[in-house]
Amino acid sequence: MDAILLQILNGLDKGSAYALIALGLTLIFGTLGVVNFAHGALFMIGAFCAVTLNKVFALSSITIDPTKTDFLGKPLQVKTPYLEKWFGDAGLAIMDWSVPLAIIVSIPIMMLIGYVMERGLIRHFYKRPHADQILVTFGLAIVLQEIIKAFYGANPIQTPAPSTFVGTLDIGVYLGFAQDAITYPYWRLVYFAFACLVIFAVFAFLRFTTFGMVVRAGMADRETVGLLGININKKFTIMFALAACVAGVAGVMYTPINSPNYHMGMDFLVLSFVVVVVGGMGSLPGAVLAGFLLGILESIASMNVVKQFFETIFIPSIDQIVIYLVAVIVLLVRPRGLLGHKGMMED
Amino acid sequence: MSSDKNPLHTPLTRRSMLKASAASAVVGAAPMIIPSTAHAYLNEPKGATVTLGFNVPQSGPYADEGADELRAYELAVEHLNGGGDGGMMNTFSSKALKGNGILGKKVTYVTGDTQTKSDAARSSAKSMIEKDGAVMITGGSSSGVAIAVQGLCQEAGVIFMAGLTHSNDTTGKDKKANGFRHFFNGYMSAAALAPVLEKNYGTDRKAYHLTADYTWGWTQEESIAAATEAKGWETVEKVRTPLASTDFSSYIGQVLKTDADVLVLNHYGGNMVNSLTNAVQFGLKDKMVNGKQFEIIVPLYSRLMARGAGENVKGIFGSTNWHWSLQDEGSKAFVKSFGEKYGFPPSQAAHTCYVQTLLYADACERAGSFDPCAVGAALEGFDFDGLGNGPTHYRADDHQCFKDVLVVKGKENPTTEFDLLEVVEVTPRAQVEYAPDHPMFAGGDLGKCNTGA
Repeated sequence: MDAILLQILNGLDKGSAYALIALGLTLIFGTLGVVNFAHGALFMIGAFCAVTLNKVFALSSITIDPTKTDFLGKPLQVKTPYLEKWFGDAGLAIMDWSVPLAIIVSIPIMMLIGYVMERGLIRHFYKRPHADQILVTFGLAIVLQEIIKAFYGANPIQTPAPSTFVGTLDIGVYLGFAQDAITYPYWRLVYFAFACLVIFAVFAFLRFTTFGMVVRAGMADRETVGLLGININKKFTIMFALAACVAGVAGVMYTPINSPNYHMGMDFLVLSFVVVVVGGMGSLPGAVLAGFLLGILESIASMNVVKQFFETIFIPSIDQIVIYLVAVIVLLVRPRGLLGHKGMMED
Repeated sequence: MSSDKNPLHTPLTRRSMLKASAASAVVGAAPMIIPSTAHAYLNEPKGATVTLGFNVPQSGPYADEGADELRAYELAVEHLNGGGDGGMMNTFSSKALKGNGILGKKVTYVTGDTQTKSDAARSSAKSMIEKDGAVMITGGSSSGVAIAVQGLCQEAGVIFMAGLTHSNDTTGKDKKANGFRHFFNGYMSAAALAPVLEKNYGTDRKAYHLTADYTWGWTQEESIAAATEAKGWETVEKVRTPLASTDFSSYIGQVLKTDADVLVLNHYGGNMVNSLTNAVQFGLKDKMVNGKQFEIIVPLYSRLMARGAGENVKGIFGSTNWHWSLQDEGSKAFVKSFGEKYGFPPSQAAHTCYVQTLLYADACERAGSFDPCAVGAALEGFDFDGLGNGPTHYRADDHQCFKDVLVVKGKENPTTEFDLLEVVEVTPRAQVEYAPDHPMFAGGDLGKCNTGA
């Protein structure tokens, strides 16, 4: 039982990333009708906002230590970060908290990137077929990731969580299990909580603000809202920027979980699209539900007992195919996805 | 036009029949005769230059390693052509290289991007052979890719000098007469690591393997499990993980549900960085299991990858083919050349690629030809020293180099950003040698060398 609970926890934090990316994808699809294959790249750019801030905080002054030598036998250059030099322990604390601080930096950056992307490129493809949209956004994703690779290299870059969140929490004790039965890293719990907060904030924004109401109306019937004299295109541009922002902050907070590299957006993109389709194209609650659901299923499918069981019925590597298998079943049983509604992508 | 002037209507005579027979005999014999005089072997250099093909990952997950390999190849070409300080040419035991290119021909090169994909790597190698006239292909960073390109070079008829490839299969079941590997392999890592693990962690250990699901992962898992079981360890579980995995938390979580007290990560590159990071996040390094400290092992280390894992590598054992901190004359010369040109020390991938280029050039000089069969014969059974690994032997049976292996550990207190690993033991060559027909390497056949003529 504790093993299953642990896998559910694993699935929840994996599902958090899927849900956040899928949420942005659905927002863009629902409002602008664009299939945005560059959305994974926005997640990756968010992560690299954290990497950049980490590197900026680590900018150092160089002094020569004549008592030590470098790999060429020359006097060693000792680096002391300016933040540490100027502010002492406070400077070290700022460096330690670079990832959470990167959220503040990433929000305007991601909003700007989203705005430029939508105004500069994607708006020209609103009336083009989905195939064209996929091609151009996929191409854009490749360009963005190659730019990041040119600046940061191909290898993953370590971006640690604040030292306060290093270590594990013994959750099992709170649930009545033995000590160490279910331990889980603090930062992954933080990530799950953060994802829930962002999802709640997006839903609240759409539900309880006038702006959100107009956007929801536009998602339901764009033409009628336009006829009412509302500049729905402007509002949708802001929604694109907001979706980019959600992907970006998801990427920022993900960096301590796995060291970011230029390819991380692509790794999530395909699965996130499956999540959107399973959840129901254009359905925001569907995207969130499917994100968590598929995250948990993927996690449980990687359990040895589950893998061995499926191997006995001639389905090897179930952990690699479970998401696609579930997608096929869901689409056969409910062609519009779990919470999809009539009319979306059916025109 | 009269009908008797039409050649189609020319009457068949004995004389015309003999002429036609003689002409067809000449035409029929031509393909056999002309190449054997005009092209003794594929891409025989006729001018003042010879072209080498450097096939490395310039994009994809191993692009940084590929970039370092390319730097090493460029340095080797510079040294072969008499430029720079000569690097390891000065310490190489063979003195056939004179700094005037290879066999008096200036060395030029073309590069290809493998993208760490077998089909892309084969395409780029094919292009370099067919369009650019490369007489030798070299490169690596993935065993799957190296094996694919080695097969292509065998079919085409050029020498393949493998770069970084660690699978037993490269010189095991997939070995080829035209392929040569300087880099060590999974068996050697296991043979070097097992005694060190026994010394540090004892004989009563239970190991859990997480393994990348492809040729390299499988052979390393097999090698490490066999070597540690021979020391008394028990292998609790072997779990294969998809190569495309980025988050290993669902696999790591299960380790804690067994009574394993050692986790062996048969992962490389981004997989290694992520699985090690995940394992440390879940507190495995701090756990006590069976009354013992839980330990993690990364059998194949790469300094470039270790940098991605940051502090997580501290205290973790692994093995490596070469390390820049070695103090033999060859290593010092190479680090100096490379460091002064590029501003940082070379990786093990760079080292093996540089060495392979010098070894190929030296074999050509000793053979007096670029003929792949002659070069192969010069490499087979070749004993050399001064290239950073001590006395080394290129075994004729499988074209595998045998040399000392380094056991390394993540450094607790690094002094610089390059100072991530410390060499804890140089395992002597005799300890990592094996018979050519060892079961882990069985099933393949070198076959005959192919000149491509």
